Amino acid sequence: MTAAVAAAPLAGPSLITRARWAVTDTLTIARRNLLVWMRVPAYLMFTVIQPVIFVLLFRYVFGGAIPVHVSGGYVSYLLPGIIGQTAAFATFATAIALAQELQKGVIDRFRSMPMARSAVLAGRLVADTIRMFITILIVVGVGYAVGFRFQAGFGPAVGMVVLATVFGLAICCIAAFTGLAIGDEESVQAFGLIWLFPLTFVSSAFVEIQTMPGWLQAFANNQPVTQVINAMRALALGGPVAADLWKSAAWLAGIFIVFAPLAVRAYKRAG
Amino acid sequence: MSSGSEPAILVEGLVKSFGEVRALRGIDLAVPRGTVLGLLGPNGAGKTTAVRILTTLLLPDRGRALVEGHDVVRQAAAVRRSIGLAGQSAAIQEELTGRENLEIVGRLYHMGWPAARSRADELLKQFDLVDAADRRAKTYSGGMQRRLDLAASLVGHPQVLFLDEPTSGLDPRSRLGMWEIIRGLVAGGTTLLLTTQYLDEADELADEIVVIDHGVVIAAGTAEELKGRVGGDVVEFTVPDRGRVSDAVAAIARVGEGEPHVDQTTGVVSIGVGGGGSEALIEAVRSLDSAGVEIHGLTLRRPSLDDVFLVLTGHAAEDEEPRGRRRGRRKVSADSGRGES
Repeated sequence: MTAAVAAAPLAGPSLITRARWAVTDTLTIARRNLLVWMRVPAYLMFTVIQPVIFVLLFRYVFGGAIPVHVSGGYVSYLLPGIIGQTAAFATFATAIALAQELQKGVIDRFRSMPMARSAVLAGRLVADTIRMFITILIVVGVGYAVGFRFQAGFGPAVGMVVLATVFGLAICCIAAFTGLAIGDEESVQAFGLIWLFPLTFVSSAFVEIQTMPGWLQAFANNQPVTQVINAMRALALGGPVAADLWKSAAWLAGIFIVFAPLAVRAYKRAG
Repeated sequence: MSSGSEPAILVEGLVKSFGEVRALRGIDLAVPRGTVLGLLGPNGAGKTTAVRILTTLLLPDRGRALVEGHDVVRQAAAVRRSIGLAGQSAAIQEELTGRENLEIVGRLYHMGWPAARSRADELLKQFDLVDAADRRAKTYSGGMQRRLDLAASLVGHPQVLFLDEPTSGLDPRSRLGMWEIIRGLVAGGTTLLLTTQYLDEADELADEIVVIDHGVVIAAGTAEELKGRVGGDVVEFTVPDRGRVSDAVAAIARVGEGEPHVDQTTGVVSIGVGGGGSEALIEAVRSLDSAGVEIHGLTLRRPSLDDVFLVLTGHAAEDEEPRGRRRGRRKVSADSGRGES
């Protein structure tokens, strides 16, 4: 070991180099996570088949019994709701994968390496966003096959898909935090059910809120999933969208501001 | 940095608590470049905490630690550029192939694709994983997974390597294979800090051994020096009738040196016999026979970690460990240490 070689690390790489590494490291991790996703049939099943089953189940089994007041009938009402739920449920995988990597020491290995500190989380969010986006497109496709139609034109339709993806990304931050903070695969799974089920089902995703008892309406009307799904529905089917969109944006911004730093902190303290 | 005499790892007064638990209570270490330090101790002694601080995963409460001259707290990034870490479990992605695992680590060390590929090839060869290179790591045996994990820790050509219980949970044959590999690394000039619960492992691999218990260093020296503290070989046997244990102890105390150690739950009695060797074994048989005590599995063996612990601390290594990883070690010693029974 000569003095010159040994001294080089002391100076450290420049800011620009570090910024470039932050991007390439994030992409490396994202690529790795997508590879894993594509190789495990159970993951594909969870992210693709399950939402499709939900579409068919609600369209043909429950749908006939659920009255709604939108043009196009229940399938039109349903699709934005199911897409929102799908995006939220997709974050289970985020939490579980991070908890597994924590348990197996993968996170320790990464944290002991000279890679960008942000890359493990950012790479996972990038991969999960891509995964979510693909799932959303599949659900839209299946929706079209069973009678759903976008009624407000191409721009708002794209807007709906984008909103759903950003919503999923926000929930991903919460999931990443819970996965790293709890750190045990099974507890993470159980905890995910506890908060995600009420949040997605006690909302406007599957039924009109007026049909719920009054005390439940109070919750359903004022929680983020309802706001986001109402905005998505307005983008898909037409009608006033501004108010719901603003409320959604406020909720999502709030979630990012609170949970992204919490997830980063949990990563830094991991183990 | 230019001074060759500066140690690769220097630790002074390292203290770390987790709430009420005082994991490290002031540890000092100095590991010269190119040498191997074995950090020996039972579960919960503080070995892993020390490794986690030295690899920048954990901040110390007090004290100072330098790796290759860089402070682990203030110059963590520089430390990370000098080290490799392989922890207690294989930190690999099982759905990816061995080659993919290594290539990704190479990319995260900011190698270009061609460099990452050729480094992966090199390591696959070095660790005898060429045939399995393109199979998913989940199809690997435990020993192969640990080898892949160790290979991953070497991708960045670390000057200092930390191995936290590199053979825990491995079968005896994989364990020997791992030792072989580790010896090869050391021959290449890497500084190594290795934690282990096995005295024989430290004996095989380490230039110097530091024994820690309850977060403090209780002994340091070469393996021979530590064994010297025990005073030679150990005679060990089991008394199936627990009611006769005290008679057996009385009989054997005349043969050995110092107090016999008794494990009341298993009925296992052990005693140091110094350099007595097989003479001592014959003595023990005679003495126990004339006392009329029936015994099983009489063994003469080299001192183990437990014996060293007994002498150094007055309690057996496993006395204060309710939880399970010791099972692996027991299996190993049952397979490798009972040849003479």
